[in-house]
Amino acid sequence: MDALNDLLLPPAKSTLAHQTDTLFWFVHLSSLALTIGLIAVIVYFVYKYRRKSEDEVTPLITHNNTLEVTWSVIPLILVLVVFGWGYKVFMDQQVVPDDAYEIKVTGQKWMWQFTYENGARTNGELHVPADRPIKLIMSSNDVIHSFYVPDYRLKQDVVPGQYTELWFNAKEPGESIIYCTEYCGTAHSDMLGTVVVHEQTDFKTWLAENAGGGSKPEDLAPAEWGEQLAQEYACATCHSTDGSQMTGPTWQGKFGSEEPLADGSSVTVDENYLRESILEPNAKVVQGFPAVMNTYQGQLNEEQINAIIEYIKTLK
Amino acid sequence: MANHSTTSSHSRFQQHHFVDAEQQFDAAKMGMWVFLVTEILMFGGLFAAYIVYRLWYPELFVLASEELNTLWGGVNTLVLIGSSLTVAMAIKSAQLNQKRNIAINLGITLALAAIFMVIKYFEYTHKFHLGIFPGEFYTFEGIDHPKANVFFSLYYLMTGLHGIHVTIGMGLMIWLLVRSTKGHFGEEYYTPIEMTGLYWHLVDIIWIFLFPLFYLID
Amino acid sequence: MATAEANPKKIQVQRYEPESDPDKHYLNEETGLWTWLTTVDHKKIGLMYLASITFFFFVGGIMALLVRTELWTPAKTFIEANTYNQLFTLHGAIMIFLFLVPSVPAALGNFFLPLQLGAKDVAFPRLNLLSYYIYVAGAVISIVSIVSGGIDTGWTFYTPYSSTTGGAVTIMTFGVFVIGFSSILTGVNFITTIHKMRAPGLTWDKLSLFSWSLYATSIIQILATPVLAITLALVGMERILGIGIFDPAMGGDPVLYQHFFWFYSHPAVYIMIVPGFGIVSEVITTFSKKHIFGYWAIALSSLAIAFIGFLVWGHHMFVSGQASLATMVFSFLTFLVGIPTGIKMFNWTATLYKGSIKLASPLLYIFGFFFLFLVGGLTGIVLGSIALDVHLHDTYYVVAHFHFVMVGGMVMAFLAGLHYWWPKMIGRMYNETMAKIACGIIFIGFNVTFLPQFVMGSQGMPRRYFNYIEQFQSFHQISTIGSYILGFGFVMIFYYLVKSIFTGEKASPNPWGSRALEWQVNSRPPLHNFHHTPVIVNGPYDYHKPMDEFQLGLAENHNAHSDVNGAEVSVSNEEETSAE
Repeated sequence: MDALNDLLLPPAKSTLAHQTDTLFWFVHLSSLALTIGLIAVIVYFVYKYRRKSEDEVTPLITHNNTLEVTWSVIPLILVLVVFGWGYKVFMDQQVVPDDAYEIKVTGQKWMWQFTYENGARTNGELHVPADRPIKLIMSSNDVIHSFYVPDYRLKQDVVPGQYTELWFNAKEPGESIIYCTEYCGTAHSDMLGTVVVHEQTDFKTWLAENAGGGSKPEDLAPAEWGEQLAQEYACATCHSTDGSQMTGPTWQGKFGSEEPLADGSSVTVDENYLRESILEPNAKVVQGFPAVMNTYQGQLNEEQINAIIEYIKTLK
Repeated sequence: MANHSTTSSHSRFQQHHFVDAEQQFDAAKMGMWVFLVTEILMFGGLFAAYIVYRLWYPELFVLASEELNTLWGGVNTLVLIGSSLTVAMAIKSAQLNQKRNIAINLGITLALAAIFMVIKYFEYTHKFHLGIFPGEFYTFEGIDHPKANVFFSLYYLMTGLHGIHVTIGMGLMIWLLVRSTKGHFGEEYYTPIEMTGLYWHLVDIIWIFLFPLFYLID
Repeated sequence: MATAEANPKKIQVQRYEPESDPDKHYLNEETGLWTWLTTVDHKKIGLMYLASITFFFFVGGIMALLVRTELWTPAKTFIEANTYNQLFTLHGAIMIFLFLVPSVPAALGNFFLPLQLGAKDVAFPRLNLLSYYIYVAGAVISIVSIVSGGIDTGWTFYTPYSSTTGGAVTIMTFGVFVIGFSSILTGVNFITTIHKMRAPGLTWDKLSLFSWSLYATSIIQILATPVLAITLALVGMERILGIGIFDPAMGGDPVLYQHFFWFYSHPAVYIMIVPGFGIVSEVITTFSKKHIFGYWAIALSSLAIAFIGFLVWGHHMFVSGQASLATMVFSFLTFLVGIPTGIKMFNWTATLYKGSIKLASPLLYIFGFFFLFLVGGLTGIVLGSIALDVHLHDTYYVVAHFHFVMVGGMVMAFLAGLHYWWPKMIGRMYNETMAKIACGIIFIGFNVTFLPQFVMGSQGMPRRYFNYIEQFQSFHQISTIGSYILGFGFVMIFYYLVKSIFTGEKASPNPWGSRALEWQVNSRPPLHNFHHTPVIVNGPYDYHKPMDEFQLGLAENHNAHSDVNGAEVSVSNEEETSAE
């Protein structure tokens, strides 16, 4: 059974995940029994009543009300059980415990951003304490995304213009993958993330270290930090650093070059142009590329923008 | 040929695959009713959007409604009700075999429909003049509500779709008028008039819903 | 004859035995390209639909194979992400709007509904032709959108992605809008035809179950499609005028779009599958030579599905942020719609009991349908359960589920119908051995393609992913191999069916010994279907009665559609064939 469980379902890492799993197995095993039963009956009939001569006359059997009622009511009872059970588990997933720890989630093409109570901010990595209810308050900056953690059996759409919620309680420290499951464009399948579950004390330390967010770690040169930020803020999803063509222009050899723009004019790539392109991406779009980038206004501070520009400068 | 078509009582407008004129008339009438159901559902989508937004922003609908001219809306309502009456009279004339009256009644219906569209035209141009355009082109400053453009988007969509239906109806009336002057219609055969009449009543009824929903909000 | 007129309760009927290989039939009574393009004959229009949907099936199928090939490796295999996104969008849009929705009703339904009703044509033949041209126009507009930038929204056109992305979304939504009217008008036509065009004696309880299923389908078509039309028009307006109904950036609500869209698109899956149910009933009774078990249960369950199907659209939106109460109600109703479907399965199985079962290729396809649709239906129960849907929504589990229902259910039923009626349509027999082999290949290929997708989905593999994590690679590769087997099976069917047109053995009028009315005319049928007015005294599944009772027609030029129920039927002694 465990082997089968591992084949079909990801590991159950939240307090509620096993409830979903039990229901999953109940429905699938009873369906399997029904399928085998019905197919066996059909195979038996096909063999037993195979045509032996073309002149065979079959008896007139038009209907049987007892049978009709039986095979309406029994499945009805079964599906009502499945309905009630599914609803109960769902309500447990819906009702957030009062002491839940709140984290703000923002989805945008194509990354997840997490903001914590003390201003700490992460991209792609959701840091949470173990064994404590976590409540995510989610919204989108552009189109609809969907926040999905298979290990928790949880999913919730992230909709622009409104807030949706999700809560979970991860039992043990460890990591789980986050997917975006509402189609959101070119790099939809790269909009991944990780839930990093810490011991409660480790989480406190982590949170304190990252308070305020967005200042340069002391041990890094600006360009190195810029490279890290480019990963974190998912710049690398659209901009390659090796000259290959992706959704946006490559960064390799870009600094100092002359770029043709969509409106026919051209621009020299300098600090000002890069800064403008990060804050107002659609002001000057390079020819041949779609105007799909979102603004990073309010997400990157001056120091971070400078670090990214320093990094781009190094990509000769 | 097949047994069906050898009976002599066929009118010249009866199609070969029907057994008799009665079956043809019944089929046409039923088909038209079913089609009208699809029309109601099509407008139903827009009415659903209207209901949703009115529930969300009741105060907006009161404010924005004041920009609509109740007098001309009312006149248009009367014009359409009148045209429904004349189209019904055209059918009656056909049943009584008064061939001249068919054309006269259809002509009046057509004229009333045209009056409706002219009034609608002046209402639209007046709003365009003020800068009340649908959606993102909306530039009017007179309504103090951030979603005012949504109200007028709905207004233009719903009255616009209705206007398209009136225009199609006018096309049908012209076609009927031509055929009636050729003497195609009489007590034996008036299916197209009856069908167009049904369609026209629906167009009329939809306006009777649109008028209070947009013009008469207190 | 005089007695018949004096006493309206007594009608004179005669036996008409259909001819095989008649000199005159619907394909040669009028010839030339122009008569095809302007024909109002429901049979020719049916064939034109059949050719069109076959074309789009292969176009959509090639796109599916490209998608599967790209998924051979976790990263890029041979196409760019944007191309991949366009391919799966077009695969969905083409298969649904250009193949599945018109497949059974517009192609097979057009051909056989009037024949099963004993009518010369549908109620509005010119409207029928217009529907076809509207379909073609919509298809052309869709093709224009593909060449002028394509679309990458997914076939669901979710806002605000669809109202902000580049490409030719406006043109595509307009194309689908236009195709919608084809569907609406076909629905209007069929409902009227079933109500008003039935032959004398063909009462509601003698209506074939295929006609019942088309009736239920038409009801859904006329009620749901207008809402889709207006919804897509609103998306177009959103892009052109920025009306702000759905786009939150302009004050709209994207979830409202989903309500509108699924209000059509959930019933639309019943538009696709319910006509398939009708074919199952026809084929099972014919090849087991047995009266259908639970006629009314099957007929009314189609209507029940049609009506309840309108109330379950919210089950596509369990994780969209709609209210919990709405989620609960939609989940509950979703389970209710499962019951009539189950009733059908049990009744079909019971029909086999004490039958005389011949495993010919159409029945083989139906058994393929049985297994695949059962799996599709039961996994639908899984997805209807809210807690499980929260985990499985938008994963490969959903992809596998609807392919089991749509391909495993609907396409298998369509193929069964195609093989069943092929001799009547074309007048030739196909190669039975090849048909059985192809059926096996498709069944195996299908399962190899889609069973691994259930596993991937349960493990959390999201749908519409260009890149995926390596853990899933072996499942993806099995699935891709399966899709090639499946594709080969479809090409094989195409090959032997087309071959049979030219070299097939001539078909007898009723090669399967069916009691249904369409088998009582010549193969191929005459241009106006019946040389006589058929008189129906028995139901279409009365296999306990002798064949000659099903070959009765009015013996004189008697034109009234009088009710022959209770009338005394006297069969004239001389037997005549229906030759003119």
